[in-house]
Amino acid sequence: MLDKTVPSLAEAVSGVCDGATLMIGGFGGSGIPTDLIRALLDQGATNLTIVNNNAGNGPLGLSELIAAGRVRKVICSYARSANPKNPSSAVFAEWYRAGRIELECVPQGTMADRMHAAGAGLGPFFTPTSYGTPLAEGKETRVIDGVGYVLEHPLPGDFAFVKATQADRWGNLVYRYAQRNFGPVMCMAAKIAVAQVQEIVPLGALPPEHVMTPGIFVQRVVECRNPQ
Amino acid sequence: MTAWNKLTRAQIAELVARDIPDGAYVNLGIGMPTLIAQHLPADREIILHSENGILGMTNAPEGGPHDPDIINAGKEFMGLVPGASITEHVTSFAMMRGGHLDVTVLGAFQVSRLGDLANWDTGEPNSIPAVGGAMDLAAGAKQVFVMMEHVDRKGAPKIVTECTYPLTGARVVDRIYTDLAIIDVPGDGRLIVRAMVEGLTLPGLQKMTAAPLTGVDACQRIAA
Repeated sequence: MLDKTVPSLAEAVSGVCDGATLMIGGFGGSGIPTDLIRALLDQGATNLTIVNNNAGNGPLGLSELIAAGRVRKVICSYARSANPKNPSSAVFAEWYRAGRIELECVPQGTMADRMHAAGAGLGPFFTPTSYGTPLAEGKETRVIDGVGYVLEHPLPGDFAFVKATQADRWGNLVYRYAQRNFGPVMCMAAKIAVAQVQEIVPLGALPPEHVMTPGIFVQRVVECRNPQ
Repeated sequence: MTAWNKLTRAQIAELVARDIPDGAYVNLGIGMPTLIAQHLPADREIILHSENGILGMTNAPEGGPHDPDIINAGKEFMGLVPGASITEHVTSFAMMRGGHLDVTVLGAFQVSRLGDLANWDTGEPNSIPAVGGAMDLAAGAKQVFVMMEHVDRKGAPKIVTECTYPLTGARVVDRIYTDLAIIDVPGDGRLIVRAMVEGLTLPGLQKMTAAPLTGVDACQRIAA
């Protein structure tokens, strides 16, 4: 029998090693697996490389991991706080300016497709995004049919933490509205994808054509009825 | 005392909105361009895209309820129109980079005469690099419009011969809407003045622009 459900958040985050690359889903406040991140605080893994669209989303979750000194590097598209009055990544900014954390700034679509390449078995690819800009410095570039391209490399993960609304025991996932964002591609790109979901439903309850992440890309599912 | 007035942000938004055709798929950048959503003509179906996967976005219902899973690139609460769709990031950025969006409107620190765009980083030593989806939009939308003030807060021109700020994209801008003028950027080094506020002359506009402007006889006059 194939059963990917795990009974606790602690079990869901077990095995994340020191030095691991951890992909964390979410865009703004939507789709952030805050409960998994906080379980990882207790689990203790350190020296992590985090892949996330941002470098924090308020005081809970990623900011706590950074504040606890557990993050070596952040790979993200937008590390600044969009709203200075309600800073989303104040902890990151403090650590970054103190030289205590590394940042790799990646255009958002390049980040998504680097993960896609890793998950889809592709090698490096050429993209026009960032050609002629400082983010292309040090990278191989080529002009093909008059268009300038930058060579970008696949971005694989050891673990992915994502948030979805429903799952079954095979790991099929359904997301609510724009909660989906990076979830499907991160599940594809990581060796072990862990989904925290509002509800685990019986096998067969999800209409097959409505499944947004097929279970083959998901290794663990944990139910979290009252997410933080 | 000048003989002309600057356009308000709402007036610039209205000018941009007027130029977006019925049936267009459009991404409005964070900041000033988001104002355009409020000025889209009611008799046109214009479909707004948000980088987090939403196609068919509208303002959130006034007074709520706000749905935490329906937000835009600026992380503001939004609503969905009938016919909206939602996808994940790879597909959403395929729309942006793959030439599927008809128009994107972006803010800018500087635009060069060749259409280089600088809008993501001031290049100050203390600034934290943060690009978001700006480079993907600049690289891939069919038409890139810029909406900005003609000069910065210190009065320095934002339309320049060569950008001094770090680039978002090279040779990507097609048209600039400022609080003084509408300028086409064909990419051959010319900056063609299509419209100006009433009372402003081409030499007057040139004084506030750090790259040579080309005038046309059919230059429109905009009432501020």
